[in-house]
Amino acid sequence: MSIKINRYKCGYCGACVGVCPGGALELVETWVEVNDCCTSCGLCAKICPVGAIEVNK
Amino acid sequence: MKEMYDLIVVGGGPGGAIAAKNAAELGLDVLLIEKRQEVGDPVRCAEGVSKICLSDHIEPDPRWICADLTGSRIYSPDGTMVEMSEEMSGGEVGYVLERKVFDRALVDQCARAGAEVRVKTRATGLIMEKGVVCGIYAMHLGEEYEIHSKIVIGADGMESKVGRWAGIDTSLKPADMETCVQYLVTDIDIDPQFCDFYLGNEIAPAGYLWVFPKGENMANIGVGILGSKSGDHRAIDYLDKFMRDVYPEGRIIEMVYGGVPVSGPIEKTVSDGLILVGDAARQSDPITGGGIINAMEAGKIAAEVAADAIKKGDYTTDTLNEYETLWRSTIGKEIEYSLVVKETFIKSTDKDLNHLAQSLSNVNFYSLSLKDLLYALFKANKKLLWDLRGLFRDVVNNNFEFKYKKNQFD
Ligand SMILES: Cc1cc2nc3c(=O)[nH]c(=O)nc-3n(C[C@H](O)[C@H](O)[C@H](O)COP(=O)(O)OP(=O)(O)OC[C@H]3O[C@@H](n4cnc5c(N)ncnc54)[C@H](O)[C@@H]3O)c2cc1C
Ligand code: SF4
Ligand code: SF4
Repeated sequence: MSIKINRYKCGYCGACVGVCPGGALELVETWVEVNDCCTSCGLCAKICPVGAIEVNK
Repeated sequence: MKEMYDLIVVGGGPGGAIAAKNAAELGLDVLLIEKRQEVGDPVRCAEGVSKICLSDHIEPDPRWICADLTGSRIYSPDGTMVEMSEEMSGGEVGYVLERKVFDRALVDQCARAGAEVRVKTRATGLIMEKGVVCGIYAMHLGEEYEIHSKIVIGADGMESKVGRWAGIDTSLKPADMETCVQYLVTDIDIDPQFCDFYLGNEIAPAGYLWVFPKGENMANIGVGILGSKSGDHRAIDYLDKFMRDVYPEGRIIEMVYGGVPVSGPIEKTVSDGLILVGDAARQSDPITGGGIINAMEAGKIAAEVAADAIKKGDYTTDTLNEYETLWRSTIGKEIEYSLVVKETFIKSTDKDLNHLAQSLSNVNFYSLSLKDLLYALFKANKKLLWDLRGLFRDVVNNNFEFKYKKNQFD
């Protein structure tokens, strides 16, 4: 997994899911899951309104 | 549990609920699924909506109306205020809703119309046969199962996957999304009948900050910035700064996060056996971010097209394309016009915005629409007018009537 989502910061709004180009993210209910399609592009980290996502390059 | 329906609607927001309700009323055998355990919660909305369009879909009910607005004010970066009030608009402004209660009322309505509803049930994929959508994989309490249908409506919001599963790329670029944070703030001195908008690159880069009253001394205060401007400073940082500067005495009793699509119409919203509505189809207004009414309008059109298709026994793209035609010629038109305004708006400097506000301080507004105001703002500036010439030519010649006139927010 190449991104880290801080679930204590996340407000499960789904904005990150909306920008992920490869569909690697899924807003389940009150948490976001990431699968191996993630390319570490960083768009999700950029869009998150509160900065809950960190990308490991 | 039943395994076959005429229609499955994925998502119990305003778009999905109105689609399911109308489809049930048209005699279809409908299932609505919603992944959350409580419809409408958590909220992802500033809850502003126009009165006229709302009552086309549901009878207004004090249980979900928090404020009845009579006007609005826009503040430019240097504090110049442009006010529009009810006398100039003939009395039709907007409501501020309680979305948690509103969304549930819509789902209640659709259940009473005969649709089956399953909550805490998430679509995890589409059942496809030779490229044709014919049902969904769903998960409820950790168990996965198949449910078949003739048509699927994807009303699964910002985080929509339904379109992507069918090969429609609905992913947005950061520049096509406003990223937002909002607080419900209490114990503040506000006008309970006015909503305020603040513009400026220091306040909300390529977006705006809003104060929508939710009753006496209480308001939704939020900010949306264009995703491409988000990074070192995020929506939450802009909002915290505004709160410190303007409402330091305010008490925050709820937090809301969210993204709003501002891409304008996407290329495709149907495929064989599938229709997308609302935020899933990126149908929110690119300038105001309003999406409740558009989602409901689209939901209604989708239900009617689905009912016709099922009557004919033909669920191919060719038949469902009727939906594309209908929404693009109505709500889609407005979305396109707003997109033109947005492209100009996001390029405006603080100086441009101040200049525009100053040139408007003496203008009488006959309408209370934020969009109309922005049109007027840009109209007052020759350079911007030139950029937007196509738009004004159409408006002036009445080629484009705001048939779906939605005032304030949409
Ligand atoms: C901060 C903010 C402020 C806003 N302010 C306004 C405003 O003032 N006025 C206005 O008109 N609009 C506003 N909007 C936009 C408005 O909230 C949306 O346009 C509107 O909710 C869209 O309705 P919808 O039914 O398409 O989607 P949603 O309301 O998002 O509903 C989608 C539903 O689908 C469910 N779902 C998602 N995936 C699945 C799945 N796989 N399986 C089952 N269920 C699923 C979700 O849980 C959700 O309940 C705002 C948005 C934000 C983020
Ligand atoms: S954008 Fe941020 S807050 Fe929203 S769901 Fe993604 S990680 Fe959570
Ligand atoms: S880094 Fe890029 S690919 Fe990975 S989850 Fe985020 S948006 Fe998707």
